[in-house]
Amino acid sequence: MAAIEVDGLVKRYGDLRAVDGVSLEVAEGEFVGILGPNGAGKTTTLEMIEGLREPDEGSVRVLGEAVWPRNPRLLPRMGVQLQASAFFERLTAREQIRTFASLYSVPLAAADEWLERVGLVEKADTRVEDLSGGQAQRLSIACALVHDPEVVFLDEPTAALDPQARRNLWDLLAGLNDSGRTVVLTTHYMDEAEVLCDRVAIMDAGRILEVDSPAALVRGLDAPARVTVGPGQVSLDEARAIDGVDDAAESVDGVVLTTRSPAAVLTRLAEQDRLDGVQIRTATLEDVFLDLTGREYRA
Amino acid sequence: MPATTTTFEALSLAIIKGFLRDRAAVFFALIFPLMFLVLFGGIFDDQARSKVDLVQVGDVSLVDDLPEDSREAFDDTFDVTRSDDLDAALEDVRKGDADVAIEMQGDTLVAHYTQTDQVGAAITQGTLRAFVDGANIAMTGSPPTYTLETEPVEDDSLTTIQFVTPGLLGWAVAMSAAFGAAATIQGWRQSKLLRRLQLAPVSTRTVVGARVTVAIGIAFVQMAIFLGLGAGAFGLQLSGSWWMSIPLLVVGTLCFMAVGLLAGAITTTTEGAVNAANFMVLPMAFLSGSFFPLDAAPAWLRTVSNVLPLKHLNEGMLDVMVRGQGPGSALLPVAILAGFALVVSLVAARLFRWETA
Repeated sequence: MAAIEVDGLVKRYGDLRAVDGVSLEVAEGEFVGILGPNGAGKTTTLEMIEGLREPDEGSVRVLGEAVWPRNPRLLPRMGVQLQASAFFERLTAREQIRTFASLYSVPLAAADEWLERVGLVEKADTRVEDLSGGQAQRLSIACALVHDPEVVFLDEPTAALDPQARRNLWDLLAGLNDSGRTVVLTTHYMDEAEVLCDRVAIMDAGRILEVDSPAALVRGLDAPARVTVGPGQVSLDEARAIDGVDDAAESVDGVVLTTRSPAAVLTRLAEQDRLDGVQIRTATLEDVFLDLTGREYRA
Repeated sequence: MPATTTTFEALSLAIIKGFLRDRAAVFFALIFPLMFLVLFGGIFDDQARSKVDLVQVGDVSLVDDLPEDSREAFDDTFDVTRSDDLDAALEDVRKGDADVAIEMQGDTLVAHYTQTDQVGAAITQGTLRAFVDGANIAMTGSPPTYTLETEPVEDDSLTTIQFVTPGLLGWAVAMSAAFGAAATIQGWRQSKLLRRLQLAPVSTRTVVGARVTVAIGIAFVQMAIFLGLGAGAFGLQLSGSWWMSIPLLVVGTLCFMAVGLLAGAITTTTEGAVNAANFMVLPMAFLSGSFFPLDAAPAWLRTVSNVLPLKHLNEGMLDVMVRGQGPGSALLPVAILAGFALVVSLVAARLFRWETA
């Protein structure tokens, strides 16, 4: 059974169709990312799926139940982290998560346990206002998970974090669906979606353009890989002569070979012992996005 | 520590901690109004005018020979200093260092006064004339036919503190209820905590109930401190049905929380909301008799003040706390305040927007 069924969601703000016919199905235990630039309609879509906003058209079912209007039966089974840090003012990290534990009628011990799992034991007595961005996000995620929900929604959990804090958070996020939990997150980071998600829905201008696993999306692009070999290893003519090389060009790092069969080309180069300084760049989600929207990605 | 706490307890506790750790909120709810209480209760303790500074030049038999009880009354009115230099005494009066200088010229008591303070001058003249008359009658040896005794209609102990405590308490409760509600609605909206609570299995009733309970608790603490300090330090004496101020404060808190919600609904920032609340409550406090009695205000102003909820809170509190009215006198103000609370809440709910943009 699908954990989340979204069918034909539309949300209009005046003339603007912020969400323009979004359909999506998420299986139980799946980790799905909604990827798109700011203003693509990700948050509005997520808030309709959570049951915070009423869709103008379409329907949402989570765990087989309708989310709108506010469905008290469903709420204990869902965990949500909103874009802003939705905290009670001036409480410490421990008081914060214990308050949320009480809202969900969960033992306070579960709150303390989650504080440990997100690595905030040392910050337990620090007020939320004094936590760093990464710590606040971790606490916010812990507050969303304290009641062990079956479905979790995370709205841009790593936005506004420095790269270090972002990567720290990935370790935490990656384990979220281990125990069969379903996770949906929005992000505007390609690398994040690629690392964390089983499937990625690429969204722009209120529409979902494509949904698939990151690898399948990239494969589907059928974009050439770019193999760069260090300077002096191979001449342009020699490079073009290798089987499978479509094109070759000079660059500051050496010669760049464009190919759709990188494995064969690398084998040839290895045989000729010309692998010094080799770099391989295959297509990424960014290329997929570019191909789908026909324009630069603007995060 | 129990394994779980109820949702209501947890919410109330979170809100109380948030309040107690907000120094500005605590200052404006408790310390700031208390400063006014100390100011009004302590400095303007005696409603009577301060004594008249009188310079007695040379011997003034009329004053020097006053009988014991009359002398006491004289000293109650005048602060007497003696001098032998008339010119210096006149200079003191002219400069305002003294209010009046008296000397005897034969059997005539001459009072030199300044006209800059006309009321003071009139009191001085009237009082001196009374003493001269009294001395004349005493000289005749016959007892006076008529006597005058004055008595205030209120309890003998009625001092400034009696008048200012209920009004200032009303203002303090109004202010902290309105500011608190305005800051909460804005803060929670901006942090999306309101949205977050919407997605938690907790009813609106529980959330609102916890917030209102905390606000009423704060109002009771304000009341306890005001009455404690008023009675302990300034001789405040409560009349019989003072306990009816409890329901008054409860509906007053609800009413001004509604005002705060309105302030929160029409603004987009926490600062804006608190300023808007201030803009509504502070002028209202002046026009509702929180700082000075409205008795002397023009009739139109008193009419206008009737549309202000704080006026009804203040009047109700004055009636039951110091004017000695029965418990029933608070019922109308309670009903009026409840009406205001309902109407303002409905308006605020209509104007409320989830999004701040």
